[in-house]
Parts: sequence; C-alpha cells; structure tokens
Amino acid sequence: MVYILTHYWSELVQGLGYTLLSSVIALVFSTIIGTMFAIFEVLPNKAMRVIGRIYIELFRNIPLLVIAMFFYVIIPLYVAKIDGFTAGTIGLTIYTSSFIAETVRAGIQSVDPGQMEGARANGMTYWQAMSKIVLPQAFKIIIPPLGNQFINLVKNSSVLAFVAGFDLMYQANSIASLSLDTINSYMVVGCFYLVITLPLSYYMRHLEKRLAN
Amino acid sequence: MQNFIQAYSWVNIRFLLEGLWVTVEVSVVSIIASFIIGSVLGVLRYVKIKYLSAVVGFVVDIVRNLPLILIIFFTYFGLPHLGFKPGILFATILAMTIFESAMLAEIVRSGILAVDYGQMEGARANGMTYVQALWHIIFPQAIKKTIPTIVSQFISLIKDTSLATIIVLPELLNHAQIIYGQNSAYIIPMFIMVALMYFIICYALSVLSRILDKKLA
Repeated sequence: MVYILTHYWSELVQGLGYTLLSSVIALVFSTIIGTMFAIFEVLPNKAMRVIGRIYIELFRNIPLLVIAMFFYVIIPLYVAKIDGFTAGTIGLTIYTSSFIAETVRAGIQSVDPGQMEGARANGMTYWQAMSKIVLPQAFKIIIPPLGNQFINLVKNSSVLAFVAGFDLMYQANSIASLSLDTINSYMVVGCFYLVITLPLSYYMRHLEKRLAN
Repeated sequence: MQNFIQAYSWVNIRFLLEGLWVTVEVSVVSIIASFIIGSVLGVLRYVKIKYLSAVVGFVVDIVRNLPLILIIFFTYFGLPHLGFKPGILFATILAMTIFESAMLAEIVRSGILAVDYGQMEGARANGMTYVQALWHIIFPQAIKKTIPTIVSQFISLIKDTSLATIIVLPELLNHAQIIYGQNSAYIIPMFIMVALMYFIICYALSVLSRILDKKLA
C-alpha cells in the first residue's frame, strides 16, 4: 500500500481533486434545480405540480449510469463536443437533483402551513413568503438528509470512471493495471473515499441526534 | 422514425429482455441475501454485545461509505489475487450483497431504535426472554416502520446492478450497449428502451411500497 501511495501520489491527488470538484459542482447545481422542482410540487398550480412530479419520479427511477452514459454518448454525437468529466457531472447533477427535490419537498411540507398564511396575511407575496419564511425553515430541517445526499454524491461520482472522467475510481483502474497490484490499489483508493465520506457521515449522524433532541 | 422501428425489432427486444432477466436475477438474489444478512447485522449492532457490536458497527460504516463500483471491482479483480476466483455473476451478487447488507443494517438498526422502549420492557415483564422479545415484538415493528426506506434501498439496488456492466455482466445496459455498438443509429432508441424498462420496475416497486405503507400504518 505504501508503495502505491508514494509512487502514484500525483495520480491519486488528481483523482481526488476531480472527484471533489465534480461532487461540489453537482451538489450546488442539483440543490438549485432540486429546490426549484420541490417548489413546483407545492405550488397551487396543478400543471406545475404534475411537471415537478414527473421530473422527480422519472430521474429517481432510472440508474445514474444510464443517465451519465446518455450524456456521454449522445451529446457529442448530436449537439456539442463535451468531455467525459462534463457529461458525467451533468448526469450526476440531474440524478441527484431528483433526490434533493424529494428531500426539499418533505422539508417544505414539514413547515407549519400557518407560517405561509401568516406571511401572506402580513402582505408578503407568495414568492416573498416562500423565499424568506418557508424555505429558510425548511432548509434548517433538511440539513442532515442533504448532507447524506452529499455523501451519496461523492460515492456516486465514481461513475465518472465509466465515462473517462479522471476521478478517483478511474485512477484506481489505471493504477491497478500499471502496478499490477490490484488489491492494494483498490484499498488505497478506498481509503481516499473513506477520508471524505466517513467524517461527513459521522458528523451528519451527530447533527441528526442534536436536531432530534 | 425508421430507426426506432428497426431498433425495436423482435431480435433486439428479445436480446434486451434476456439482459433484463439477468438484472432481475441478480437483484432478487441480492435482495433476499442482503435482507437476511442486513437484519442480522442491524440487530447485532443494536444489542451491544461487547466487542462484537463495535466491530460490526465499524465494518458496516466502512462498507457503507465506499462506492459500490469499488466493491464490485474488488470482488471481481481483487479476490482472484487472494486465491478465490468468482465468476462474473457470483462476483456481482457478492458485491451487491456486501454493500446492501451494510446499508440495510443501518436502516434496521434505526428502525429498532425508533420502536418505543416500553415494548421491550412490556415483553420482558410478560415473561419473554430478551431474544424472544427482540424476535417476536421489536423486530416486526422495526421492519414495519422502515418499509418505505427498505424498499427505496432495494430500488437503488436494482438501479445499481447496471454498474456491473463494467465487469461485462450480460445485464440490461450491457446488452443495450452491444446492440447500439453495431449500429449508431440505434443509440437513442436503445437508451429510451433501457430507461423505460428500469423505470417500469423501479416505479412499480415504489408504488407498491406506498400501498404497503398505507395498509400497515
């Protein structure tokens, strides 16, 4: 393991960088898109609710790999030339946004409806009430599940390896085939993943406990 | 349009369905195995046997926080170096079972924790042993409480079987790739069909879990 670590340090760090970069980009955009569709789902307008529902159900029930491969294979063929990293990150964003939408919707619905009514009664518009009163309270409730989504995101970003995204998992394969030391290569890369995900998951468990009491 | 009609010829559809069958096979075996192992691990983690529970908890946390692809690679490419060479199908099922058992262990444990402690006290006061109370009173309630979470975990399992295409398991996505590899005009029809097949299975399961949840609640 030490041999792999010292000889392939630069590849490993590069892989870690790409994994983190893709996870963070996907987290930011999927939170924005997810929140948007979550709001669609609680709007009084029926058509918007249906659109929100379809988006969420559609992308929650299709494998991430299928979505990522779709962008990797089809976009360069018909639309524009994009690299594996971009295609993978787009796939990751869309897939995760449907899970985040579901989480945010649950958060919004757990906020007492009286909050919205009160805000409206005090002269706020629907959007003002939503963005200034309801959403901040909803986000406070859903911080632990959102954190868990981020952990999933880091793990799921390993599909970038399928689309030549140069992430940790991709580097794991190339190191394994270069060094011919399969077990140790995968163990080292496993440790790299754990360094990100394990502390996060303990912190989220701690947060959940603190919020529950 | 011509592409779609040609792409969905009976030969292609049958080839996709063969892939779907492998996906279903892997999923069903892994679901059953991981439900049993996950429940045992979850209970072990809950009952606090000295050392054993701590070790189980540690291993479960490690496995849960690794990407599934890494575990698939490890079972397929890593295990042969340790002197055990599983076939593709077995390696996939092994990897899925290890990963999903860890996920389920955590769900089952949280389900048990959510059952009112008075249930255990009541069962013990009525003369049940600790193990009897756990098995007859606590465990069924814990499962009932966590059905939606467990089913959504199984839905992820079904979706995640697509990852095994990287070790060339002849499942749905792999068969689709073989078809569109022969003719690039089939790419879009194949992706739509594959997405549809996964969607139907996973969506049906999620509807089923909602019905089950309402009936049991």
